[in-house]
Amino acid sequence: MAAILGGLPNSVLAFVYLVAGILFIQGLRDMTHPRTAPRGNLISAGGMALAVGITVLVTDILSPILLFAGLLVGAAVGVWLAVTVETTEMPQLVGLFNGFGGGASALVAGAELIDMFGTGAFQVGVTGSAAVAGIIGSVTFWGSMVAAGKLHGVVDDSAVRYTGEQAVKALFLVLAVLAGVHLVVRPNLFGSVPLAGWVPSYWLLVGAASILGVLLVMPIGGADMPVVIALLNSYSGLAAATTGFVLDNSVLIIAGTLVGASGLILTVIMCESMNRSLANVFFGGLGEVSDDDGEMEDIYEGNITTTSPEEVEMTLDVADRVVIVPGYGMAVAQAQHAVAELSELLDEQGVDVEFGIHPVAGRMPGHMNVLLAEADVPYEKLRDLEEINPTFSQTDVVLVIGANDVVNPSANTADSGPIAGMPVLNVGEARTVIVNKRSLSPGFSGVPNPLFAQDNTNMLFGDGKEMMQELVNTYKENH
Amino acid sequence: MTFVQNLTLFVLAAFVGYEIITKIPTNLHTPLMSGANAISGITLIGSVVVAGSGSTTLATTLGFLAVVMATVNVVGGYLVTNSMLDQFRSSDRRRD
Repeated sequence: MAAILGGLPNSVLAFVYLVAGILFIQGLRDMTHPRTAPRGNLISAGGMALAVGITVLVTDILSPILLFAGLLVGAAVGVWLAVTVETTEMPQLVGLFNGFGGGASALVAGAELIDMFGTGAFQVGVTGSAAVAGIIGSVTFWGSMVAAGKLHGVVDDSAVRYTGEQAVKALFLVLAVLAGVHLVVRPNLFGSVPLAGWVPSYWLLVGAASILGVLLVMPIGGADMPVVIALLNSYSGLAAATTGFVLDNSVLIIAGTLVGASGLILTVIMCESMNRSLANVFFGGLGEVSDDDGEMEDIYEGNITTTSPEEVEMTLDVADRVVIVPGYGMAVAQAQHAVAELSELLDEQGVDVEFGIHPVAGRMPGHMNVLLAEADVPYEKLRDLEEINPTFSQTDVVLVIGANDVVNPSANTADSGPIAGMPVLNVGEARTVIVNKRSLSPGFSGVPNPLFAQDNTNMLFGDGKEMMQELVNTYKENH
Repeated sequence: MTFVQNLTLFVLAAFVGYEIITKIPTNLHTPLMSGANAISGITLIGSVVVAGSGSTTLATTLGFLAVVMATVNVVGGYLVTNSMLDQFRSSDRRRD
């Protein structure tokens, strides 16, 4: 099938790509406010439809059935995944999509190299870009598959570490880079071994980078996933941008770079929220089982006050201001609807209710916000760390639901340790703190939490959803 | 275009991205990520070109796989972002 718009001058195509690029930028600009964000998403989707549509129209399509079959299958799978996903499964779905984008970029770069081999000429700029796209794309694909697997519970989500780990990773990185060098300076590296039509050095690179992707994410534990997901998001964009260099395509470069920047900024925010460097998240050893159980029992011994939903209800009854601090435990227990109902009941009684959200609470950037939005909590009630921290001293009751490390006061005082210096929510400054947790087990960092032993802290042990539901029921009976 | 012209685009886009994305509130970080993720499916354009005009069976097959993966990314990404953003509402809208 000849191209429908085959006679279209290249400058017109480039112009349409520019328009698509502008739509992507405007779409992201609208993401700066919840009110305009849905429109932004539509504008961005419009840019995508425009860019893909014009490409289909101007390309000489040799196998139209195959192409449209691919588009149909992809669209069907995409719709199915998007429609059937539960809000609690959102982190792994975003991870999965990241991987697909990166994987597609790696395949495109490879296919383009094979095509170029047919025509003879390889340019250094092109082969070099293809090598970068291949490495980033493969790492993104396999890294995302492991991350999504960990989040979905099909891959061990603890930090899997072994001796010689860094050396093994370095080995595969070197292998991938060497294959890339061979691709670029082909004739000279291994004597005069001729390059076969399927460009083997590229696929060697892809193989090494794939293993590297798996090895990089395997040692990272569940609670560090926000950083990993954000970084892989950045990579999927960079893979697209470098593929743009291979294909000499402006909109791929613009759009890919925007995503690369977005993911990188989120990554930096996540790291800063934990006071850790990116290198520490990837190569650090946080999440290893700590063996100082004895010390932990010491600080809790005799200092733990437990409470019941009925008592909590009475405490809430006399409160003027309540702050709810959710953590990953709320997501696991799927307690967000009960929590939202409680906040609405309090709101109706004239209590000032707000939510204090730590940037790394949950398994992806903004995880708690999405869960609470799903449960219909208005976004004006959600406050981030800087906004909420100064208000704790004027707060009557703080209700911590399934959060641990992000409310650990020892982060402010400890000189060393996994969470030293991490910005935390200073909930202990409130008059009364109620912590809902299943047990006293430490959070992901393995560090005991002195908050639980504080005089003004009451522990409400039990499943988040059940406890919140009982609290809601008790509250309703008495009002 | 030359490599340097492409590099120019890359650098300018990086600055634009930085300026815009640092203004996005924490509230919207998940939709931002999934929306940006859908944008990274732009690689679909490249997939269409190689799947449609690949000169060898191998290139066409790889292109086909890339089209499927990139389309999942684009379609799924925008839909998920859309349904997520639908849930973000203010108290004014909720009382309607």
